[in-house]
Amino acid sequence: MREDEEVATEIAPETATLPLDAWHRAKGARMVEFAGYWMPIQYEGIMTEHLWVREHAGLFDVSHMGQISISGDGAAEALETLVPGDISALKPGRMRYSLLLAEDGGILDDLMVTNEGDQIGIVVNGAVKWEDIGYLRENLPDDITLNHNEDYGLLALQGPKAVAALTRLVPEAAGLVFMQAATATWNGHAIALSRSGYTGEDGFEISLPNEALADFADALCAMEEVKPIGLGARDSLRLEAGLPLYGHDLHEGIDPIEGDLAFAISKRRREEGGFPGAARILGHLADGSPRKRVGLLIDGKMPVREGAKLFDGNTEIGVVTSGGFAPSVGAPIAMGYVPRDHAAPGTAIAAEVRGKRVPVTVAATPFVPHNYVRKQGG
Amino acid sequence: MPRYYTEEHEWLDVDGDIATVGITDFAQGQLGDIVFVEVPDTGAELSQGGDAAVVESVKAASDVYAPVDGTVTEGNSQLEEDPALVNSDPEGEGWFFRMTLSDKSQLDALMNAAAYKAFCDDL
Repeated sequence: MREDEEVATEIAPETATLPLDAWHRAKGARMVEFAGYWMPIQYEGIMTEHLWVREHAGLFDVSHMGQISISGDGAAEALETLVPGDISALKPGRMRYSLLLAEDGGILDDLMVTNEGDQIGIVVNGAVKWEDIGYLRENLPDDITLNHNEDYGLLALQGPKAVAALTRLVPEAAGLVFMQAATATWNGHAIALSRSGYTGEDGFEISLPNEALADFADALCAMEEVKPIGLGARDSLRLEAGLPLYGHDLHEGIDPIEGDLAFAISKRRREEGGFPGAARILGHLADGSPRKRVGLLIDGKMPVREGAKLFDGNTEIGVVTSGGFAPSVGAPIAMGYVPRDHAAPGTAIAAEVRGKRVPVTVAATPFVPHNYVRKQGG
Repeated sequence: MPRYYTEEHEWLDVDGDIATVGITDFAQGQLGDIVFVEVPDTGAELSQGGDAAVVESVKAASDVYAPVDGTVTEGNSQLEEDPALVNSDPEGEGWFFRMTLSDKSQLDALMNAAAYKAFCDDL
């Protein structure tokens, strides 16, 4: 018995440890190498952890992600030369999902941009954070200051009970709605929180100094609603929520329209352009892109995973970019790329797994409805 | 009925010329929640070390290799409906397939329970 996928067990010399490494191990986590770090893939089991987050609240350590801030006169306008979002219209305490674009419009990373008042906060994927920082430094004007906040860790508390749990420690949490951010103080530490996440559930991401992480994680996990959740469930939760994973569902060869991320091209930017690859991207926005990222429902129980080829009859038409068993759906699901004329929900195609054809159907995403809290009392 | 173990974390129960094959409790613990099992067709010719079955957890697909040479006489059809049997009873109801033994001398190189336990303790 051997695993096909790269759940690495070899110790690469450059693999780093997270500030909470010992905390995870003490909680019984199984640690794997991911994005250059030893990270917890699971504590008690992916299925149990996944379902726990959908019902209660789960604590994720995402301190591998890059926390960057930029500041200086015209920082928003400068960032807009590299991303297609309307950053200058972002009010203090508001955040938006955006995309770091290569010159040809390919996606270098997906990221969250927050107006933090005196600076712009950017959270980027751990696996490409060093490349992102290099690209930003190279392409932002010299009078824009960029800081990589390595002294801070990032935790995510996700699930329908996240707000009740977090509010006990940080009362400011209850005042936020989806995609709003605030600063607060906990035990004398300056922290930043936002109502956002990567599971499709209501929840928060909390940035706090490395030295405060373990106490904060302990305080949350002492509550009956909260359990620590590993990367395995994080992946199955985001897949059900229809959220793409950079490096798999998105990469430099994909533009935002192909990636089904047209919502990230803000209205003003559509009219004005001025971001990398604008001609290609706005052309695809107007006329449709040749291929598109779609959700896929799988017939039967056999998971269809990343790399599986997609067929219409004998013609290879695309590829699966993520897939696996979806605990809340109770069946395998996937996402992948198909030609525009095969992208309508309900289109019947097939995937090839170990030489066998499996019927799959293009499906609308999310597979499990989002439970974001968009306005107070709503 | 003697039980043998492989370094690939399979077990074999040998009854005359037929062996029942599954994955060990240690293996299912490493894999986590099993969501799909593909067992070989009856009549499939297996050679030691070659692909025999596939077991899929939430996170990954893993190959199960033939522990010895032989011909498949039966796959465990229960696993189609209830793959989690591999988690709940890996060394009993969660067996994968039965096969003939073409070369019984291949059993000599496999481990017994005590040797397998020592092998796992060293991992």
